[in-house]
Amino acid sequence: MVLWWNTAGALDRQVEASIRADATALVERRRAGDIGALVSAIEDRLALDVANEALYLLLGPDNRRLAGNLSAWPVEASGEQPWMRIPLERDGAMTEARLLRVDLGDGHRLLVGRDVAEKLRLRALLSEGIAWAASASAGLAVLGAWLLRRALENRLRPVYRTAAAVASGDLSPRVPLTERGDEFDKLGATMNAMLDRIAQLMEGVRGVSDAIAHDLRTPIARARAKLEEAQASAEDEAALRAAIEQGIADLDGIARVFQAVLRIAEVEAGARRAAFRPTDLSPMLADVAELYGASAEAHDQHLVAEIPERLPLVGDRDLLGQALVNLLDNALKFTPEGGTVRLAARLGPDAVEIAVSDDGPGMPEADRRRAGERFFRADSARSTPGSGLGLSLVRAVAALHAGEVLLTDTHPGAERPGLTVTLRLPSA
Amino acid sequence: MRILLVEDDAEVARFVKKGLAEAGHTVEHAPNGRDGLFMAASESFDVLVLDRMLPGGVDGVRLVETLRGQGNRTPVLFLSALNAVDERVKGLKAGGDDYLTKPFAFAELLARVEALGRRPAAEVPTTRLKVADLELDLLSRTVTRAGKKIDVQPREFRLLEHLMRHAGQVVTRTMLLEKVWDYHFDPQTNVIDVHVSRLRHKLDKGFEKPLIHTVRNAGYMIRAD
Repeated sequence: MVLWWNTAGALDRQVEASIRADATALVERRRAGDIGALVSAIEDRLALDVANEALYLLLGPDNRRLAGNLSAWPVEASGEQPWMRIPLERDGAMTEARLLRVDLGDGHRLLVGRDVAEKLRLRALLSEGIAWAASASAGLAVLGAWLLRRALENRLRPVYRTAAAVASGDLSPRVPLTERGDEFDKLGATMNAMLDRIAQLMEGVRGVSDAIAHDLRTPIARARAKLEEAQASAEDEAALRAAIEQGIADLDGIARVFQAVLRIAEVEAGARRAAFRPTDLSPMLADVAELYGASAEAHDQHLVAEIPERLPLVGDRDLLGQALVNLLDNALKFTPEGGTVRLAARLGPDAVEIAVSDDGPGMPEADRRRAGERFFRADSARSTPGSGLGLSLVRAVAALHAGEVLLTDTHPGAERPGLTVTLRLPSA
Repeated sequence: MRILLVEDDAEVARFVKKGLAEAGHTVEHAPNGRDGLFMAASESFDVLVLDRMLPGGVDGVRLVETLRGQGNRTPVLFLSALNAVDERVKGLKAGGDDYLTKPFAFAELLARVEALGRRPAAEVPTTRLKVADLELDLLSRTVTRAGKKIDVQPREFRLLEHLMRHAGQVVTRTMLLEKVWDYHFDPQTNVIDVHVSRLRHKLDKGFEKPLIHTVRNAGYMIRAD
């Protein structure tokens, strides 16, 4: 449209400029000489006009035609405006003329103009060309849009099919990815990551309800049985009191397991990342080592701590502390009298490693994989007290800190290999 | 002490009220936040025990914020079934002084209420603490009993200091863990007992009268008799 306007406008302006220049030159000629000079100038011009576009008409004061190729003064030329556009019959064909009227002052009147039929044809041609080009590009645009839309729909279909399947309750489908690695693959990969996370959270919730259903019922049943038995057959008040006391202790134990389960779920949900702060673990490790050193000593065990000056990381101090005391609790529990528990920390290039090693019976390869599942207790550990939640909290805390937990033998190949649990966390 | 208990569960309220009364305290009870706020603002109490979640539009946190906004500095103990660590932090930030999670042992509640209520009004800088013939010098960080110097480790010193600042009051294991070790997590074995018994051994060796007493089902207490 702009192109059309510019081109057509330029044509018009060009015609006008040429008429104006011609008229000015003729007025000059008249001013310089007599009317005869003007007449011959006009006749010269007409003779030279090969394109047969120039139009002139010079009238004398008596309205007599003195020169020019227009046969008569057109009616339109007597109006107010010096510029005009009039239809004209030339050589038997209708054409259009652009004319400028000039009053020469002494009664002579002059019309200078151009036959613009050629220009009009050019203009029509241009308009037609532009119209064709415009409709062709519109057509191409519609086709392109349709193709693009179809392509988009094809690429997005797996995504919304997956979303629809998930919305209807099945969490297992994932968006299939192509090898292209483009925006759609990125979208799909992000969605898959989101779905994995949701599935993991759902798994966590299911884990909590399983745990409540399975492992809290047992101690509740036990406590209930004991209380019922005391109610039915306690011989004296002392026995009754003892039974009630035991009942309260059982309830406290249940509350503790409950709290541990909730805490693990809370950690696994990642909700605690809000409490992350830059921390130096060294003082805390020294603290915990001191706290447990006394217990170890009381049980004739040795607790050896190797802690470097600084262990900077970003994390949740309380959760890391809880993880650490869980590890030490476990290690001391499985270490025999006279045995050694080693708490060794190390600052690597990009990780903080905290290893807790014991002299205990160790853990068979098969159990290691399951260690850290909620309530899993290795057969060798069934006789010791504990809920089987300690290591799963450690694992959850490690995962929250983008770290990992490694289980290895303390003394590989020995008869009692012992167990080393290494908590590896990214350092700050 | 005069204690205001704001708790909507009638059974818990009855149990706490009875226990506190048996321990020699006067207890007023409000069943919702609105009444609780009215009573706390218009009367004078030594300690407020607030449930964290209360009916009536004003929950425990709002209640404390309002009171603190009015310049009321009465010590506040939160009771809450919300165990998430963030909740605890939220409660303390609002102006609470201590936080106890349900279910709780009554002994734990009593010990904490008494510790809050008998807190020195202004932290008067003391340099010496004394219980019977046991003296603790906070400047030179030395412990003497009947004039005889006793060697203690820094942690034992802090443990003893805490017990002596609350002489005559029960201090529970979790209170020690929080106040002396600054742990808000839960070591599973009774690690605190080992430290206390070690300290007790040092203090009482060669003396006839024990000073640190174990209070059954509750915790420890240091006292003269």
